[in-house]
Amino acid sequence: MVSDNFLGNYASVVAARSTDKSILKGAQDGGIVTQLFAYALEEGIIDGAIVAGPGDEPWKPVPVVATTVEELLAARGTKYNISPNMQLIKEATRSYGLDKVGIVGTPCQIQALRKGQLYPVGLRDVPDKIALAVGIFCMENFPYQSIVQLVEDHANTKLENVTKMDIGKGKFWVYTGRGASVQLPLKITHKYEQAGCHVCLDYVSNLADVSTGSVGTPDGWSTVFVRTKNGGDIWAKAIAAGCFETKPMDSVKPGLDLVTKLATEKITKNQKTLAERATFGVGKGLRNPYI
Amino acid sequence: MSNKISVGHVHMSGCTGCLVSFADNYGGLLTILDKYADLVYCLTLADVRHIPEMDVALVEGSVCLQDKTAVEEIKETRERAKIVVALGGCACYGNITRFSRGGQQNQPQHESYLPIGDLIDVDVYIPGCAPTPQMIRNVCVMAYLLLKGNDDQKKLAAEYLKPLMSLAKACTSSCGCDIMDSVINQGLCMGCGSCAASCPTRAITMQYGKPNVDREQCIKCGACVSQCPRSWFSFDVVSQFEGITDAINGAME
Ligand SMILES: Cc1cc2nc3c(=O)[nH]c(=O)nc-3n(C[C@H](O)[C@H](O)[C@H](O)COP(=O)(O)OP(=O)(O)OC[C@H]3O[C@@H](n4cnc5c(N)ncnc54)[C@H](O)[C@@H]3O)c2cc1C
Ligand code: SF4
Ligand code: SF4
Ligand code: SF4
Repeated sequence: MVSDNFLGNYASVVAARSTDKSILKGAQDGGIVTQLFAYALEEGIIDGAIVAGPGDEPWKPVPVVATTVEELLAARGTKYNISPNMQLIKEATRSYGLDKVGIVGTPCQIQALRKGQLYPVGLRDVPDKIALAVGIFCMENFPYQSIVQLVEDHANTKLENVTKMDIGKGKFWVYTGRGASVQLPLKITHKYEQAGCHVCLDYVSNLADVSTGSVGTPDGWSTVFVRTKNGGDIWAKAIAAGCFETKPMDSVKPGLDLVTKLATEKITKNQKTLAERATFGVGKGLRNPYI
Repeated sequence: MSNKISVGHVHMSGCTGCLVSFADNYGGLLTILDKYADLVYCLTLADVRHIPEMDVALVEGSVCLQDKTAVEEIKETRERAKIVVALGGCACYGNITRFSRGGQQNQPQHESYLPIGDLIDVDVYIPGCAPTPQMIRNVCVMAYLLLKGNDDQKKLAAEYLKPLMSLAKACTSSCGCDIMDSVINQGLCMGCGSCAASCPTRAITMQYGKPNVDREQCIKCGACVSQCPRSWFSFDVVSQFEGITDAINGAME
């Protein structure tokens, strides 16, 4: 078990991608999230997963409890705006009747999940029904209107024509169905970020069972941290079942160093923000949630 | 036997739903009573008439100021218990009794209700309406470890209970507005949706990734703001979620 200040505790880290072509088509990166849930669903490890499904406006995610592979497939891809996945964590065990719940979330959502498991205040019976928590890496998120502003104003592209958005290589990329792509320098996007992200001290979903993101591995591949015993068990079974192709992390470029660098940058910057909040006013500060 | 802690359930102006939640640990309740705690007082379940000395008092309900017996009992509870736990939204924050204003037969003068923390010092809060069986279980196991465990266990239990003790120090009123006042207004909300999930009355909906509180529907239980990870979050404890979960599950076997 590695214990890293910035990358959290993990048993192993690999480069991986799904072996299922239909999952890869439409996945953000290596299709890790969708593949892992699809496998867990088919094996009865979970009986449903909370994912960010399509909403009523283009690129606005809505949390859904997916109980079929089709529903998982419909939720592929990164939506760079808030999908409050924890909203359904209790409902999944109520009207949906799930006993083994899967959930994907950004680091903050996985934090919310673990707090809810250890200190369940309004989440009766939820703690023991969490079967698989998949975390995604996250540098920052945006309100929906920020995405409208960035895509429709700055990138001058209609949201309904967009087929993929990606933040990578220092740019915000917008791809359309007709093959066009627009890139915005990240400098432009900063002021549109969700304020609450600026106090976030987790980049690679340190508290998930398995966490994954794009940084560190080539296009079409994902970086995967296997963290908990539960995550390790499920990952090993999925590998044995042929769900994933893997490569050692040190055999790919840019590799773990870049992940560490970005994690360090995010956490250091946000720790500074937290420190500044303490003296934000005159003789008065803003609240620090981390006790 | 002697190595168990003594626990009492004190029923103030509550609905017994908190006690039902405790019982809803099913076999777990029996394990707790077998291994860790003697239930020395509980009018619903046992024939002990007066509040005895106890290690932990689980107090549910708020206090009616116009009911002399109630006021005496909450004071006695403080005198006789080492650790006083406010169990549930009513004891912590007043909850639905915040809306009481008298005028009903046959005690129309029974109009003022306060959470127990306004009359006595409270050590630990277990918020929620109802509080969850799992949280009550966790607090029982941790209280046992704090009082009877080895040094490592004492340390873990103290860390675990710390936020719940801070809540007890912080205040005696709560409502959905806290989500606005102390999370969104403070620039801390990141739109996870935990508050909406934890609200027992579905007073919170998520709109464009942020909670919207229907204040007419809010019963002032305080669950939302307690559950919010940006209300309070302890990396020390939550990062150990795997070990703590294993320890609690192990204790309940
Ligand atoms: C806001 C945000 C910021 C990110 N920042 C980074 C980063 O800085 N570096 C990095 O390496 N990776 C980042 N990622 C993760 C990356 O974009 C991919 O989500 C991840 O690699 C998984 O890809 P996949 O092919 O395995 O998943 P897929 O199989 O495509 O599945 C993606 C899953 O993520 C869920 N999802 C999509 N949008 C959201 C959302 N807004 N909130 C919660 N769940 C969602 C979907 O429902 C789906 O289940 C970010 C993701 C998000 C949502
Ligand atoms: S940056 Fe942090 S707070 Fe913001 S969405 Fe990502 S994980 Fe959540
Ligand atoms: S909004 Fe809901 S959870 Fe929050 S205090 Fe009101 S009733 Fe309780
Ligand atoms: S639980 Fe807290 S951080 Fe999450 S959406 Fe509600 S107010 Fe925001």
